[in-house]
Amino acid sequence: MTARRWTFPLFIVAVIAVLAVLPLTSRDYSVEIYILLLINVILVVSYRIPATTGDWALSHVVLMGCGAYTTALLSKWYDLSIFLTVPLSAVIAGIVGLILVTPLVRTRGFGFFIASFALGEFVRLIWIKFRYPFGGPRGMIGIPNGEIGQIDFFEPLPYYYFVLVVALISLFIMYRIDRSRIGKTFVALYKDEGLAEAVGIDVPRYRAMAFTIGAFFAGIAGSLLAHRLGAVDPKNFDINVMVYLIIWIVVGGTATIWGPIMGLVAMTVVFEWSRPLLEWRPLLFGGTLIFFLVFLPGGLEDLFFRIRDRITGKRSGGGTV
Amino acid sequence: MEIGLLIQTIANSIAAGSIYAVIAVGLAMAFGVMKMANFAHGEFFMCGAYVVYVFYALLGWPFPAAVLMSIPIVGAMGVVTERLIFRPTRSNVLAGFMATAGLAFVLQVLVGQMWGVGLMRSVPTPYMGAADIAGAKIGWQRVLVIPAAIVMLSALWFFLYRVKHGKALRACAQDPDTARLQGIGINRMTMLAMGISGASAGLAGALLAPIHPVTPYMGHGVILTAFIVVVMGGMESIAGAVLAAILLGFVHTFVTTLSDAVTAQMVGVACMAAVLVVRPQGLLGRVKA
Repeated sequence: MTARRWTFPLFIVAVIAVLAVLPLTSRDYSVEIYILLLINVILVVSYRIPATTGDWALSHVVLMGCGAYTTALLSKWYDLSIFLTVPLSAVIAGIVGLILVTPLVRTRGFGFFIASFALGEFVRLIWIKFRYPFGGPRGMIGIPNGEIGQIDFFEPLPYYYFVLVVALISLFIMYRIDRSRIGKTFVALYKDEGLAEAVGIDVPRYRAMAFTIGAFFAGIAGSLLAHRLGAVDPKNFDINVMVYLIIWIVVGGTATIWGPIMGLVAMTVVFEWSRPLLEWRPLLFGGTLIFFLVFLPGGLEDLFFRIRDRITGKRSGGGTV
Repeated sequence: MEIGLLIQTIANSIAAGSIYAVIAVGLAMAFGVMKMANFAHGEFFMCGAYVVYVFYALLGWPFPAAVLMSIPIVGAMGVVTERLIFRPTRSNVLAGFMATAGLAFVLQVLVGQMWGVGLMRSVPTPYMGAADIAGAKIGWQRVLVIPAAIVMLSALWFFLYRVKHGKALRACAQDPDTARLQGIGINRMTMLAMGISGASAGLAGALLAPIHPVTPYMGHGVILTAFIVVVMGGMESIAGAVLAAILLGFVHTFVTTLSDAVTAQMVGVACMAAVLVVRPQGLLGRVKA
């Protein structure tokens, strides 16, 4: 037990150290990929929060889009600093999430999945329909990259460190939520909804809470993305992108906070590696999704736990959600 | 709205409703038997259109023969999907649904690589000209869809209510365990359901190929509409799907005529969300015991 108490913080420190040093030795192109990777880490981990309650949604990238559009509007028209646009985008995405989830909690399982698709698509169609202020089907361009004092975030390196800090803070908060009583309640009401209700847990309220927290952090990811790309486009938040998010989650697993991150990193490596096979990439990803759902429903995480348990010869909890 | 435009719009609505019905019935049927939610249903529709493209536009077969070819070909794809995806994930509806989302990607790439991605494939219209109904003009190809839909739905009804295998299929949808006790093979029934489901999607795509832009991504626009119809109808109710298809045909066509296509989509999506929240069992769905 003592060994474990030390290995975990050491592991975290080592990861942070690697993340801090890595971009210094990389080309600009690689740094851009690391930035997108960190933004996507916030996105996948935030998706996991409602997923632990059993609510797999198809509206998550749209909520990320809410953050991106909020940032686009605030920084373009009101020229707000990046210190304001990121939290405000998160709050707006959280509010939109709360509005969406209020009718959604009446549905469960497959109904939730489809209904969240419908409501997400509704929000996305609003962006397409209203040329003012959302820019219509072609979205918005010319969003400032943001800056702190003299440091211009147009350069990849400073922006990388900014995203790294935001991502670490977000992950820390989500990790604490996962470990807290609230996080345990989320899992409990997935494992046995009737029992959870019987011991006095207000199930719809907790499900709404999980969804709203997820939306809040998706908003942060969206805001960081909008500042980096300098543009938002309704196509960036459509069902295709959502399927890629599902692929990351399914490949990784959802039992712990590490699962989605594992899936994301693995699939990003595959994504970069398959650059020469551009046209065949959806086939590769679609095939991977089918493979994991059919043969490895617990994801890489489950595989990792099983291998570790085989090596150490002990049985610790690494169940699948 | 003047009378000519009104008749035109009503006629267009009926045509659109028939198309939605043919597409959605297969989806509802697969969901009714063992909860198979097929995200790749739109891609089956696309494959049906490509069957017509290959046999009619490239090989020069007569149009009706090319349309009929879509039934065995896309039906077989449905059977294979059941065997390879839905059967292993039977315990989890979401897993099957997400896996078929992967299948949608796979089919898009395969078709795109075989027949090209960029330009849409043009399929010449076999039936030129337009019907003149009280001043409203509707292309023959569009009119053709209405009797085709009626024939297909009647055939399906006959199969489900008068043929032994169809009755077995309904029994399986009502209560799989009891059906199994009566000696009905569940695996055979789910394969049959997916076969019919795929065939109907393929047939719809085949009929529409001359009037719909044929691209590897044409299934995308269809799948949303199909799910709206099926959810509104009550997921597993075939009659509900037909009713919802006609309703949505009218809603979409009228809103598109009076406003624009994006607003029509928004109204459709809002209808579906409202049904799910207010009446989750759908318009004609049964309440689960």
